[in-house]
Amino acid sequence: MIWIVAALVVIGVYLSWTAGRLDRLHSRIDAARAALDAQLLRRASVAQELGTAGVLDPAASIVLYQAAHAARQAEEEHREVAESELSQALRAVFAEAPQVEVVRDAPGGEESLTELSEAVRRVPMARRFHNDAVRAARAVRKHRVVRWFRLAGHAPFPMAFEMDDEPPAVLESRAGG
Amino acid sequence: MRIGIVCPYSWDVPGGVQFHIRDLAEHLIRLGHEVSVLAPADDETPLPPFVVSAGRAVPVPYNGSVARLNFGFLSAARVRRWLHDGDFDVIHIHEPTSPSLGLLTCWAAQGPIVATFHTSNPRSRAMIAAYPILQPALEKISARIAVSEYARRTLVEHLGGDAVVIPNGVDVDFFARAEPKEEWQGGTIGFIGRIDEPRKGLPVLMRALPKIFAACPGARLLVAGRGDEEEAVAGLPPEMRDRVEFLGMVSDEDKARLLRSVDVYVAPNTGGESFGIILVEAMSAGAPVLASDLDAFAQVLDQGSAGELFANEDADALAAAAVRLLGDPQLRAGLSERGSTHVRRFDWSRVGADILAVYETVTAGAASVAADERTGLRARFGLARD
Repeated sequence: MIWIVAALVVIGVYLSWTAGRLDRLHSRIDAARAALDAQLLRRASVAQELGTAGVLDPAASIVLYQAAHAARQAEEEHREVAESELSQALRAVFAEAPQVEVVRDAPGGEESLTELSEAVRRVPMARRFHNDAVRAARAVRKHRVVRWFRLAGHAPFPMAFEMDDEPPAVLESRAGG
Repeated sequence: MRIGIVCPYSWDVPGGVQFHIRDLAEHLIRLGHEVSVLAPADDETPLPPFVVSAGRAVPVPYNGSVARLNFGFLSAARVRRWLHDGDFDVIHIHEPTSPSLGLLTCWAAQGPIVATFHTSNPRSRAMIAAYPILQPALEKISARIAVSEYARRTLVEHLGGDAVVIPNGVDVDFFARAEPKEEWQGGTIGFIGRIDEPRKGLPVLMRALPKIFAACPGARLLVAGRGDEEEAVAGLPPEMRDRVEFLGMVSDEDKARLLRSVDVYVAPNTGGESFGIILVEAMSAGAPVLASDLDAFAQVLDQGSAGELFANEDADALAAAAVRLLGDPQLRAGLSERGSTHVRRFDWSRVGADILAVYETVTAGAASVAADERTGLRARFGLARD
């Protein structure tokens, strides 16, 4: 009898501990997602600012503005595509070093460039941290015990955020410098 | 920002991770951040003001050598006190998989945790066995940093998930501005590292030496590092032994001057390297670098464009490359120039900014670090009240 009680207590503690672990993982995903959202928004804002500032040629301005606007307005299910397109637009606009010089020479250009370089460096960081948290949570949720006892509750199954976040090469080399 | 850094290895013993943490802490303090480093240290050791001792480390055989580690009840209590007193915005754990302070901190803390993985050990049995124990602790890490693409790959293979790559930092100008020493100049080959540790590769260099000396009559080898000097030259023909000069342990200043003086810096390491800070230091000093083609080294040397590579453990290839370099000043000048440009990405100004970017990414919107009370039994049964 006493062994059955002991075994039940041990199982109970284990389940409680696993539930706590999952809870912590879910809040880590929430924090990582919020950070990723913040970085993506920041990148889109700087890009949009540069697109409307008139320092770039009209064609580049339109491309950049369009992509930044689409990224900011995108619905959740189109977000990954819209953000990837913004990455591609940034790479196209800042394909060559002279373009960077043009922006730097404009008033306030240096600040915008620094902000943009920081943003394009931080988006991939935030995305890796987010997807790392998602992977860790998924690994625990796939566990038999978690599924049988429904320890995850009503939390939605976590999804990774997949996008093209390759920064423009000319900006990458000056990030943080 | 209030930043807590955890060093797993004893502060009294010089080592790559310890130096990295010291330089990082000093860099962050210069930028105006509050930094506290928790590290194992003997009570008598004088510590810099930013280091908090976690008590004496115990020597334990681990990972092929004797490591001095901290674990047990007392250490865990000190970790908790440090976390409580520090009230950090973010904590940065180094080498979280080593059974020392890093792992203890992972257990004891909650909130934004950043971790740097320095080594890239091949997958070991112990790691696989320990995986279920490690995983719950490692899950708390919000951001992982790997010191090289190679280290990141092994990390992903072993533990899953992902990491950002931020290299180790070097104060490039400290090496670039060092004054060359005349007696170390003129046909000199440099080697820095433990003499008696075979994986640092001195035996490979010694096997290559007769060929190099035969082809370049004026060449000399300068060796800086601890170890048995007699034994090191034992394999060399007696008439060549006096062309090898042992400098013993050198200070940071002398290291920089040595790297500024030599014609070629040779890194014949045979394995177990995940980064190669010495190559970065040599490039900072403008020394032409010749290194074995380990994954980590090839990456630091930009796949051979910022320094020459030779087939690992191949003494003949090393000799041929060294003779070519010693005989061709133009080739050396080209390497030195490409190295000096390439090395800027390892300067603390860049590396520090990247690390701060990671801190800011994980702290944005998150609460500060606290002791994790949820691991307590009372909390588990819902008895604890806030």
